[in-house]
Amino acid sequence: MSNTKYILGHFEDPDDLMHGIDSLQKNNVSIYDVYTPMPIHGIEDKLGIKRSRLPIVAFCCGLLGTLTAFSLIYYTLVHDWPMIIGGKPAFAFPDFIPVCFELTVLFCSYGMGIAFFYSNHLFPGRAPRVMDLRATDDRFVLAIDAQANPYPDKIEDLLKNAGAVEIKHNERKYVSYE
Amino acid sequence: MSSHNESILREPLITGENITYAKVTNDILVPVENKPNKAWWIGFTVAALGALLWLVSVSYTFWFGIGTWGLNKTVGWAWDITGFVWWVGIGHAGTLISAVLLLFRQNWRNSINRSAEAMTIFAVICAATYIVAHMGRPWMAYWALPLPNQFGSLWVNFNSPLVWDVFAISTYFSVSLLFWYTGLIPDIATIRDRAKGLKRRIYSVLSFGWNGNVKSWQRFEAVSLILAGVSTPLVLSVHTIVSMDFATSVIPGWHTTIFPPYFVAGAIFSGFAMVQTLLLIARKVLGYENYITMFHIESMNKIIILTGSIVGVAYLTELFIAWYSGAEYEQYAFLNRVSGPYWWAYWSMMTCNVISPQLFWFKKIRTSIAASWILSIVVNIGMWFERFVIIVTSLHRDYLPSSWVMFYPSWVDVAVFIGSIGVFFTLFLLFLRVLPAIAMAEVKLLLKSSSDQAKQKLIREGLVKRVDAEYYLGSLEKYDSVEYEKSVPQAEYVKH
Repeated sequence: MSNTKYILGHFEDPDDLMHGIDSLQKNNVSIYDVYTPMPIHGIEDKLGIKRSRLPIVAFCCGLLGTLTAFSLIYYTLVHDWPMIIGGKPAFAFPDFIPVCFELTVLFCSYGMGIAFFYSNHLFPGRAPRVMDLRATDDRFVLAIDAQANPYPDKIEDLLKNAGAVEIKHNERKYVSYE
Repeated sequence: MSSHNESILREPLITGENITYAKVTNDILVPVENKPNKAWWIGFTVAALGALLWLVSVSYTFWFGIGTWGLNKTVGWAWDITGFVWWVGIGHAGTLISAVLLLFRQNWRNSINRSAEAMTIFAVICAATYIVAHMGRPWMAYWALPLPNQFGSLWVNFNSPLVWDVFAISTYFSVSLLFWYTGLIPDIATIRDRAKGLKRRIYSVLSFGWNGNVKSWQRFEAVSLILAGVSTPLVLSVHTIVSMDFATSVIPGWHTTIFPPYFVAGAIFSGFAMVQTLLLIARKVLGYENYITMFHIESMNKIIILTGSIVGVAYLTELFIAWYSGAEYEQYAFLNRVSGPYWWAYWSMMTCNVISPQLFWFKKIRTSIAASWILSIVVNIGMWFERFVIIVTSLHRDYLPSSWVMFYPSWVDVAVFIGSIGVFFTLFLLFLRVLPAIAMAEVKLLLKSSSDQAKQKLIREGLVKRVDAEYYLGSLEKYDSVEYEKSVPQAEYVKH
């Protein structure tokens, strides 16, 4: 048993999974992570995960986009090479709005998207750190660090009582593909 | 919460008995994990031939120049811009479904958003090819970018709607692509974890290493919501700016302030029609009847009536304002539109866009798959005519009667248009083969709350009022995918 690195509780139903989290927490078993095929609302609060700060990144990037667009247009049309177009002033602010808006959206989306990929360590070709292959399909997998919680029988009982359909004692952290 | 029960009065978004999370994955991945059937091969061959036609006709245009099109001195924009606006408009439904309906918490979007977003991307690609093709000297395309004067042109004129359009379309394409791909990552990971060998390696790269842990999902949802939030004004701005290509000019028939809302409504109208055209076939051929249900079809038809009616009101408003303006050029432009040599185009547009969608007021018609499909094609034809009418009838009789002409398309015009449809379907059919056409993770979210089986269970357990249960079971009547028992024999409804 001492070779076990992680204990995985497989649930078929997200509600059972939530019960599993509750009963483990009641018994002071720390939960390493939970892998699910779909987002489960309310699970972050249970696991004490802080709110994502991506919206702040999105706002800042959006603002950067607005400023970039405005500076670009101001520099080109007003400062660097003012032209008289239809007898109108070079600084025709209302005409600048569409491009400022588009670049706000573009910078906001891509800034946030890149921050999302970066913070989740997602990039093309990254080896997937997957504990169980069915966690992206139909199983809700609760992972417990077996070294930090060295009482596998108790954990197994708690998981079973919560409705786990399968319990695995893995000696490797991640499923290796090769 | 996944345990949240939805009101029994709402119609189910997933039908079928014994649907489990595993069955959702299995059903949706059928086309991805198996060899394509005959229907796919036939469709793909036809589409690929169309794409080939596009390649030939666009190469011909590039080689010999825009003179190969039917344009003349008076009509300088015709099928090219018609095609461009038509494709951009079609694209809009995808963003509307994925973004606007997400903000409004319309859960029925979950099973159609993926393919609608794919449709958006492919439609915008088709539109972009038109922009490049109509430039005449496409190798100068970079002149539209704000590059310093050493590159051959002055700084671009940011007062011009054509420059706004460059920014709008490219932002729209980029953001749609990001939104679509971010949503795809968890589903690609599902394919990866079920595949073997080379296929697993490919999907592993595409999945970016997604593992579905709590933090990833939390961030994923934050990203989805914000992308939806910024895509909503974006989609409105894109067609607004497309309409300003016309509206900021001083051509009678184009110079109208109604254009932005009218174009946006028309875009949503044509886009939903195209989604309907694609999905009615896809659900049958791929066996998605349990996920894209009659409720989805009916909801989309309702949006088609709404936007079709808005477009109808816009057409009438245009006529009224032209008369009311007292400007004789404006009045003549519209008189010529309605009764001039292009009367047939105007009345095709009116019939296809305003009159025929009104048939959807009849429940029999809007819940009939055959009728919905035929009407969706009719709407697409009508919307093509709308753009043709706006562009060609406003141009062909200008201020100088000696230069009045008709526009006759050349074979290249026709081939580029048919070819672009070929390109679109080639891309769409390839998408159906390699990526899940329904967002699996999002459909799984609905399984416990909004599926027929969950609601039937509530009824069996007697947790709902009898009258509500009967109402619910009655609403299943229209579903073609509910062939099992539609009524529960005398269950006990004692608890309420």
